[in-house]
Amino acid sequence: MLALAGCGGEQDTLNPHSHASTDIANLFWVMTAVAVGGLALITGLLVFAWVRRGRRGFGGDPDDPHPGERPAWFVVVGMGVVFPLVVIVALFIAGNWAIINVTQAPAASSTAMTVDAIGHQWYWEFRYPGTKAVTADELHIPVDTRVNLVATTADVIHSFWVPALNRKVDAIPGRQNRILLYANEPGVYRGQCAEFCGLQHAHMGMLVFVQPRAQFRAWLRQQAAPAAAPTTALARRGRQVFLSGPCSSCHAIRGTTARGYVGPDLTHLASRTTLAGVTIPDSRSYLSRWIVDSQHFKPGNEMPDFRLTGSQLSSLVAYLESLK
Amino acid sequence: MTTAVYEERLERMWRSRPGFLGWAMTTDHKRIGLLYFWTTLVLFAAGGAEALIIRTQLAQPNQHVVGPATYDELFTLHGVTMIFFFIIPMTTGAFGNYLLPLMIGARDMAFPRMNALSYWVFLASGIFVYTSLFIGQAPNAGWFDYVPLASAKYDPGHAIDFYCLGIIFNGIASSLTAANFIVTILKLRAPGMSFNRMPLFCFAFLAASWGLLFALPSLTADAIFLFLDRNVGTHFFDVAKGGSTLLWQHLFWIFGHPEVYILIVPAFGIATEIIPAFTQRRVVAFPLVAVAELLVVFIGFGVWAHHMFATGMPTVTVIFFAAATGIVVIPSTIQVFAWCMTFITGRARFKTPLLFIAGFIFMFVAGGLTGIMFLAVPFDQQVTDTYFVIAHFHYIIFGAAVFPIFGGMYFWFPKVTGRLYFELPGQISFWIIFVGTNLLFFPMHIVGLEGMPRRNYTYSSGLGWGSYNLAETIGSYITTVGIVVLLVNLVVSYFRGPPAGADPWHGATLEWTISSPPPEYNFAVIPKVSSAYANWDYADREEDRRKLAEGIMVLEQGHEQPVSAPVDGWLAEIVEMPHDSPWPILLALAMSIVFVLLLLHLWTGVCFALAGIVLALLGWHGEEPQESEA
Repeated sequence: MLALAGCGGEQDTLNPHSHASTDIANLFWVMTAVAVGGLALITGLLVFAWVRRGRRGFGGDPDDPHPGERPAWFVVVGMGVVFPLVVIVALFIAGNWAIINVTQAPAASSTAMTVDAIGHQWYWEFRYPGTKAVTADELHIPVDTRVNLVATTADVIHSFWVPALNRKVDAIPGRQNRILLYANEPGVYRGQCAEFCGLQHAHMGMLVFVQPRAQFRAWLRQQAAPAAAPTTALARRGRQVFLSGPCSSCHAIRGTTARGYVGPDLTHLASRTTLAGVTIPDSRSYLSRWIVDSQHFKPGNEMPDFRLTGSQLSSLVAYLESLK
Repeated sequence: MTTAVYEERLERMWRSRPGFLGWAMTTDHKRIGLLYFWTTLVLFAAGGAEALIIRTQLAQPNQHVVGPATYDELFTLHGVTMIFFFIIPMTTGAFGNYLLPLMIGARDMAFPRMNALSYWVFLASGIFVYTSLFIGQAPNAGWFDYVPLASAKYDPGHAIDFYCLGIIFNGIASSLTAANFIVTILKLRAPGMSFNRMPLFCFAFLAASWGLLFALPSLTADAIFLFLDRNVGTHFFDVAKGGSTLLWQHLFWIFGHPEVYILIVPAFGIATEIIPAFTQRRVVAFPLVAVAELLVVFIGFGVWAHHMFATGMPTVTVIFFAAATGIVVIPSTIQVFAWCMTFITGRARFKTPLLFIAGFIFMFVAGGLTGIMFLAVPFDQQVTDTYFVIAHFHYIIFGAAVFPIFGGMYFWFPKVTGRLYFELPGQISFWIIFVGTNLLFFPMHIVGLEGMPRRNYTYSSGLGWGSYNLAETIGSYITTVGIVVLLVNLVVSYFRGPPAGADPWHGATLEWTISSPPPEYNFAVIPKVSSAYANWDYADREEDRRKLAEGIMVLEQGHEQPVSAPVDGWLAEIVEMPHDSPWPILLALAMSIVFVLLLLHLWTGVCFALAGIVLALLGWHGEEPQESEA
């Protein structure tokens, strides 16, 4: 968790942590080796022509209007038709016959669990069917477990993408696109919305926490529970501010009357490590700055400035911080 | 009579009106080509400025040179401008208009007034789209404009209406140009220029024109649907009412992928004329190259869904489009090896235009090789919508379309202006642009693989993307310096360059047989053609001079032009061509009024403005040259 300093984490296609991403990365390196060879060949031909510049054409007789036409034809047909066909067929088989199965949507009921990823302008909502758990921007899955991820959207098109674990899949209105999520080892992997979705597309990150199974089960149990009642007077005042003010018309906190569905579910806000689409850390100072001026961090987001008084703000933050 | 007398008569027959009116009413393909050239150059500067602001914003993480709203407008306008308002009009509008009739030995395009109309419509559509920027309503959902982000619900206001109407308006200009090119190439070739004797440049423009004509209706339909969804309450793309969001994507890419080939095939045509001139050798495997130019556009119509591999299409569909994506590579590899073998078997002189073509081949191969990678569907689904894709298609579009445009600007500069450009600054401009573009676009491969998605107005520090982005930004400034050197060189050469003469390069095609700049009637005598490299057929040129002195095939009795049989090029008839006309610009004006009123939802006004279009068309046909009863 400490490695998370800032809002980093891994988001690198060439640093894979699953079968699917490893196969894709290996395919990339093989293709790159072939491509470098191809580019070197063409560059070599151009450099060869430059070295011989100004001299009579290579391999022809000076009176021939088409010097070297016949051998050149052989090169054009051999290197321009036959050779690329061989390369393309090989690549086609490797990519679309061997590797595609690893990255495809998992067969129905072949997975141990399902997670729903719902894209919103501009955050990710994650639900765990069969439990009441709802979180935002931070997805937890157990290690070495095949997870069926179902990507949908609440508004425009988004794209679910965690490069270290698998390729991306679009979340499109009216469709349920699925993908296999699987991780070889525990860790935190960063992902991001990959389809342009409006003003704050850039700040629609997510973190995938891959945990040992027992740890994951404990986490899920805790997330499925309703919010704990505040224990301090300050936090109780904060809950009052939340429920009586505009907060609850957009946010839900399970176990209270707040049931808004514009912004993320805040039931266990304090158990998260980041806020606002992995834009800022989930700390007291960032949380209060976010509430006061969210437009500074994510210009154009749906949350207005409510002009809270100093005491309203400190009690609200105390309440939100109690939502472990 | 003598040569001089015939030339003087032709001069009188084909002379344009002087001054501003002469330009406003012109039907001369060379003047229209120049108008296109200057207009697209201005729009190129706008698109380039947008790119520079984007790169400045992204130079470092978490910068705020511009806010997200402005950034979205900038990258949308950058894409729209470079594709619809720079490359297509620069290759077809400027290069095609100016050079195509010269290469086939014609005196004008087949439909000279329609040609003028397409320019004025293009200019009006450019002004229309850029007006949006100045009133703060610029399109902001990307050039691909996916719904539902572009629907009235998520993007109220006029921004997307500007996009829809601008695209439709611009498409009218492109369609007119494409139809004009096809008829010109099929019917106005000099008698004797059968298909196998046609320069490769013309094959390329024929292929691109067919491509435009078939691809644009899909985009136009898409834009009309979206305009209706937004303004009339239809539900083409509204899932809740039984519409489909993927319908937009399919229709867009049915246009959008052929579009890529429409952008680069004319550039192939430019390359296939520069290479023979500077190697003094015909292009190797001529028939294969000609067929490849046509095939690349044809197969290009079957690959569109590879832009949509991540949308969850059925595997069979995905595999089909992946296979087509593989096959479309073959016509390109044929051409690349034909060009390289022409370099090697000819006597290469690396003057500036050929340097740009060598750079183009390098960039095109680099971009093509990353393009082949996308046929591996899992890899495509991993890197799509990242900077890896941006790197790929900028190597193609900047490397394979814009490099030949720059090379062509140098190559035909002496023909158009009558002066030579300065060689040393020319070569310097090439190297600056070559280094700059590679510094600009190569790191995008890496940063894309490292996970940086497209269309982000900023990015967090700590992801390791900062230094690559800084390098790209520096590359963009270097590229700009190179382009400025190029333009300054051409401007200074225009005033100070040494006289070029008719044929400074010992070029291969017909435009080099006539004086620089060409006379208004182009060819004093309709040239004899017995190969695709007509200027190298010395006996034919000798015969032309003899015919001119005797007045054979001079056609100086009117505004005359021979028409040939489409394939064999036999002389079919002599036709009288239209002259200067005020109707094209007036018709374009009437059309502009319709589009402005559509934008403002003034439906009654639209009906009145449509009447204006009818009036302009009546005026147009009222001046039709009369068929002479022989």
